[in-house]
Amino acid sequence: MTNALMLAPVAVPLLGAAAFLLLGWSRATAWLAAASAALMLAAAIALAVRQAGHAPVTWLDGELRADPLAEFMLIVIGAVGLLATTASPAWLRGEIAAGRATARTAARHSVLVQLFFAAMAAAVLAANLGLVWVAIEGTTIVTAFLVGQRRTRQAVEAAWKYVMICSTGIAIALLGILMLNAAAAHAGVPAGLDLEQLVAAAPHLNRGVTRIAVALLIIGFGTKAGLAPLHAWLPDAHGQAPAPVSALMSGVLLSVAFSVILRVKAISDAALGPGYCRSLLAILALASLAIAASLLIGQRDYKRMLAYSSVEHMGLLALGAAAGSPAAIAAVLLHMLGHGLAKGSLFVSAGKVLQITGTHRIDGVRGLAARAPLLAGCVGFGVLALLGFPPFSLFASELGIATAGFADGLGWVTAVAVGLMLVIAAALFNHVSRMLAGEPAAVPATVSTDTGRSRAGLGPVVLALTACAVLGVWAGPLTSLLHSAAATITGTP
Amino acid sequence: VNATAYVELLNLACGALLVTAVLILWRRQFAAIIRWFGVQGLALSALAAVLALHGHDVRLGAIAAGVFALRAVALPWLLRRALARAEAAALQPQRETRPLVNVTASLLAAALLTLLAYAVSQPLTALAPASPAAHAIPLGMAVVLIGFFSLVTRRRALAQITSFLLMDNGITAVGLLTLASTSLIVELGISLDLLLAVLVLQVLTGRLRETFGTTDLDELRELHD
Repeated sequence: MTNALMLAPVAVPLLGAAAFLLLGWSRATAWLAAASAALMLAAAIALAVRQAGHAPVTWLDGELRADPLAEFMLIVIGAVGLLATTASPAWLRGEIAAGRATARTAARHSVLVQLFFAAMAAAVLAANLGLVWVAIEGTTIVTAFLVGQRRTRQAVEAAWKYVMICSTGIAIALLGILMLNAAAAHAGVPAGLDLEQLVAAAPHLNRGVTRIAVALLIIGFGTKAGLAPLHAWLPDAHGQAPAPVSALMSGVLLSVAFSVILRVKAISDAALGPGYCRSLLAILALASLAIAASLLIGQRDYKRMLAYSSVEHMGLLALGAAAGSPAAIAAVLLHMLGHGLAKGSLFVSAGKVLQITGTHRIDGVRGLAARAPLLAGCVGFGVLALLGFPPFSLFASELGIATAGFADGLGWVTAVAVGLMLVIAAALFNHVSRMLAGEPAAVPATVSTDTGRSRAGLGPVVLALTACAVLGVWAGPLTSLLHSAAATITGTP
Repeated sequence: VNATAYVELLNLACGALLVTAVLILWRRQFAAIIRWFGVQGLALSALAAVLALHGHDVRLGAIAAGVFALRAVALPWLLRRALARAEAAALQPQRETRPLVNVTASLLAAALLTLLAYAVSQPLTALAPASPAAHAIPLGMAVVLIGFFSLVTRRRALAQITSFLLMDNGITAVGLLTLASTSLIVELGISLDLLLAVLVLQVLTGRLRETFGTTDLDELRELHD
């Protein structure tokens, strides 16, 4: 049973992809994607409930392992996946109606999204670092064509940068993996890069080699997680990808890549002591926050604005990971879920805004509150969630990260980070209030102003934002999962 | 294979890797670059074969065959095909890479990067001071760094793909020279990912040409802040 639950998050989306390949995209099959995401989420929750309090189980010759961190990441993938896929049918119908897509491109989109889910699930369940690498690079390959789906100049340019920068980053990580492998083989660890064995053998790893390997791994996987200095692909790719795909890439893919950094940190802390990884992550965190702040102030494109906000939030995750106490890691994990729900909602809403206004530009959108009140509400509350206003869970997790930062000896780093967050909050608030308030701009004749369409597909967004708010007040049984997942990283029970 | 022959063959193969990397950095003509890239794939598979023969390792032998198929045959063939298509489609054929840095400067950079590679590889070499393979690791590392340098200084799409693959050849060489084995699934997965990534990049190169009319990446100026 446990094995079936472990297989489901990988196998269900693969079956979904096969179904879309065979049946194509139609009104009936459109909901298959949501069904597949719902099954993934259900399997993840069932797995977490069954495994609570038990030792991690491995399967398939030790290639897959379900530990609390993997279970939690599967829940994040499932939850944000459900949001994006339930919003997709309405979005795809809108694109087909506008002549920007056909049933064929919609089918291809759906196949790739399903493969994307399978690759992410494999990345969090993989028990060895080599397999994690294969799955993460797999996500780059399947999402490349999703980013370039529209085939405009901008989309093709974004797809090229995405594949080139991420593949290079991940190649750097591969070099790190090979070095770690050499250190492990020298320390007598049986071959295979098993994550648990690497942590166990970490005190015996050669320090010099491990130091280089960890730096390469953090920079490499940090590229995929959108951390500065190799974040350049992110605003382009997230700005150009179709809305539901941006929601998934920003909401979960970044977090999945970041969860690998957490696993590397566990090895690094055991081998080199906590100081090394902490200073690396603190530098990346401050660089990411500074870059996000400087480019958000004058931002003119609202999808790029959301993308830079993802760079900011990845910086916050890095700050929390740098602090490194169990409470900090638990806050980091909660932040991943909260950010996934809020950012996913915002990207889905931004896709809607694009469909009804026909422009990416912030100053092209005026008076959204008057034209499409529900959509404006989604954008407004989504941004409040993102800025960490209570009751949304990002308030709790940002507070947790900042408290841990001050408590764990990162005082001035955290102080600078909080200052940058205030700048970012002011910039976001300013941009979004200009979009929502004011007189509606003149609408180009080519764009439909059908108010019914502006509401379609927003149900999931409302639900996701509600879930985000509920999580902030009451995390319920998730709390114990968060703490055991944090213990997987910090090694303290 | 006796010990001296092993060391000589090992050094020969690694030397060939570095020389071909420098040649790829030096040459400007795509056709020549792809030819040297094929030769480098051959050197890499020879390296794996020498290590396999020395260690009587069947698994490494299989890897040598895989490296040969992928890096000496399949990838150069894909690159040649991409080049042929680009030449057929372009109004003015773009046979040269148009790098940002001139020949003298890039050769100087290659020399400096090789020195840097020796410094960086120090801990890895020190892991197994008695192994001749470990002493060749800096050469693999130098190929990685030269590949990275070439990647950031070349402006044509096809040249960037080749540079990326050059870097990857270096990484594979480092992996082989550390003599630490990984599981076969991982090796297969890595090769498959690499092949797919190159195919994706090739399709994107075609789309760049369709939409921009060129594969000069300097033309990519639609997205910026």
